[in-house]
Amino acid sequence: MTLIGWLQIALAVGLVLATVAPLGAYMARVYAGEVRFLAPVENGFYALAGIDPRREQSWAGYTMAMLAFNAAGFALLYGILRLQDVLPLNPAGMPAVPPDLAFNTAVSFTTNTNWQAYGGEATLSHFSQMAGLTVQNFVSAATGMAIAIAFARAFARSGATTIGNFWADMTRSTLYVLLPLALVMALAMVLLGLPQNLSGPVEATTLEGGKQAIAQGPVASQLAIKMLGTNGGGFFNANSAHPYENPTAWTNLLELWAILAVAAALTATFGRIVGDRAQGRALLAAMLVMLGAGIVACYGAEAAGNPILAKLGLTEAANWEGKETRFGIATSSLWAVFTTAASNGSVNAMHDSFTPLGGLVPMFNIQLGEIVIGGVGAGLYGMLLYAILAVFVAGLMVGRTPEYLGKKIGGREVKLTMLALLISPMTILVFTALACVWPGAAESLANQGPHGFGEYLYAYSSGAGNNGSAFAGLSANTPFFNITIGLAMLFGRFLMIVPMLAVAGSLVAKPKVEPGAGTFPTTGPIWVGLLVGVILILGGLTFFPALALGPLVEHFAMQAGDLF
Amino acid sequence: MLTHLRPALAMTLLFTLLTGIAYPLAMTGIAQAIAPEAANGSLIERDGKVIGSSLIGQGFSDPKYFWPRPSAAGKSGYDGTSSSGSNLGPTSKALMARIQGDIDKVKDGSAPVPTELVTASASGLDPHISPAAALYQVPRVARARGLPEATIRDLVLRQAEGRALGFIGEPRVNVLRLNLALDGIARRPQG
Repeated sequence: MTLIGWLQIALAVGLVLATVAPLGAYMARVYAGEVRFLAPVENGFYALAGIDPRREQSWAGYTMAMLAFNAAGFALLYGILRLQDVLPLNPAGMPAVPPDLAFNTAVSFTTNTNWQAYGGEATLSHFSQMAGLTVQNFVSAATGMAIAIAFARAFARSGATTIGNFWADMTRSTLYVLLPLALVMALAMVLLGLPQNLSGPVEATTLEGGKQAIAQGPVASQLAIKMLGTNGGGFFNANSAHPYENPTAWTNLLELWAILAVAAALTATFGRIVGDRAQGRALLAAMLVMLGAGIVACYGAEAAGNPILAKLGLTEAANWEGKETRFGIATSSLWAVFTTAASNGSVNAMHDSFTPLGGLVPMFNIQLGEIVIGGVGAGLYGMLLYAILAVFVAGLMVGRTPEYLGKKIGGREVKLTMLALLISPMTILVFTALACVWPGAAESLANQGPHGFGEYLYAYSSGAGNNGSAFAGLSANTPFFNITIGLAMLFGRFLMIVPMLAVAGSLVAKPKVEPGAGTFPTTGPIWVGLLVGVILILGGLTFFPALALGPLVEHFAMQAGDLF
Repeated sequence: MLTHLRPALAMTLLFTLLTGIAYPLAMTGIAQAIAPEAANGSLIERDGKVIGSSLIGQGFSDPKYFWPRPSAAGKSGYDGTSSSGSNLGPTSKALMARIQGDIDKVKDGSAPVPTELVTASASGLDPHISPAAALYQVPRVARARGLPEATIRDLVLRQAEGRALGFIGEPRVNVLRLNLALDGIARRPQG
């Protein structure tokens, strides 16, 4: 670890924190319906779709609208992928995407996962990238934001029956938050060197007289929303490690900011919606504690490197395999922590080649539910579920009915919260176990021994956590992995959202009670400590056995010099 | 569910038109107008022919050129349509064998080999090596070209790029640009 490394890390984290307050305040105005600079477009959309944005929905209505919209998005994307060979803008002549891969990819992008079982530049036409994937990058992120705002309203309102209008929340998220940010960022990216064209691959004659084909495309426009919407699906197979997606240290810094900017600012939006900004700051503080710990652990492990390499007579032991020269060890490690703290899943270095403990950090971040700042929307509502659980634990300790933000938390809410929080661990562990015994699954592994087990565990964690990053050595484009990881993504997204919105429906109906002498305060260091503790105990106990079989065993094997 | 059918279908189509067609096409138009070189892939031409991109690494194996890092892009490396890292983990036998092979290839003298010169990048298209990794290759390139080491070393130091503002990014040398500059020396009339 170097001072310059830490300065770069501090700069990136500082940039994220600098935009929390202004962006958070702006988004609060957006969801209150006060921002209207695209009113003609917005009203036109409502009119054509037959929507009255002022008619609010119950939790069940909100959920049904969200599910219907996601189902339609899935169907359209699946259709585009299956038909890309006859659709326009296919200069490289890509054939239609096979059914199991099209299913996996359509699920992946509608659930905001952006798991990629394919290599972008080797599989997809420009039309599929634009009209298929880019669209879902916007609206799957907008869906997550809408749900988080609806959940926040459940705490803000007293004795109400509705939590907002899904169509209005989703439309405003896209028109007033994601689209303007994406336009500015895409423009900045072009000025910093990213390609943005509709050409096929360019043929170059190399200095040594060989041939090099270089894939082209509308990279900047897709990259901007892939980062801002915590989607993470790269235009190219190598994602943001590819020099066309991330050519310089400046683009790297801007992309790092974009991973966390919207999700971090949503904590401030939450504070404003519930009328107590300290509540939002307390949630952000808990997130930052875990973010900091992850950065120290991951950067430390990658900088310490691999003792096996050190014996070969090289200049440094630091782990350069799978990292780009221009980013270095520090910002490659930082990216791994950011991208899994959020549900982004883009990469600027290959996690599969990280040291065992360096790779454990991103995996554990995902397994905790990506609440360490988290995905846009998904991070906030995941964190709020843990907050409900933390006040419940505190209530058990002192024998009082738990309250959060003036809402009494009853048995129904705690049961639904546990249901929402247990779906993801169950999905991850059951599918990982299934892969271990499935005939032929092991042929997809690029690594043997405990690292190979890690490839399975990471894949299903990434799927169920809707992250999308990978231990990418796993050749996941097989019917078994396409289908099981596809299901993991669906379970991890919707089986969590539905009970969560049910909690919102039950909370919004409750009266808000004034805090009394016995109310446990949900701001301040004790609360932050309790919240982090509950998250780590739940996550740690659930995943410790699996992590022990994978990265931990591998760490000790590496120290002993064992190879597999 | 049926009451949501029309809004769901209509909104999906409308957002596809806005964010999937209008947004990327508008960005393409703007990019082509304000930054055509970058928008078209930062291609480098010599004598009217495209010889590569300044952003995309290119394979070199001739001793008279500087060599880039090992590449896992495509079957033989540096395939610009198939970016990829090796994805081999830290306890992989295959990785250690590959690194040993790369050490044997670049080893020149008794100094330790720069680590990133024998480790594959994440994209397989890394256009850079560190200045240390370039300086390490100076004796070999000088021998192969019959030029003094000092000339080559000066060229490397001139081509080296530092950190932005002194702390952002890493020191690096663009291998393709460096090799182009090398060919430039050779082409210059002697005297």
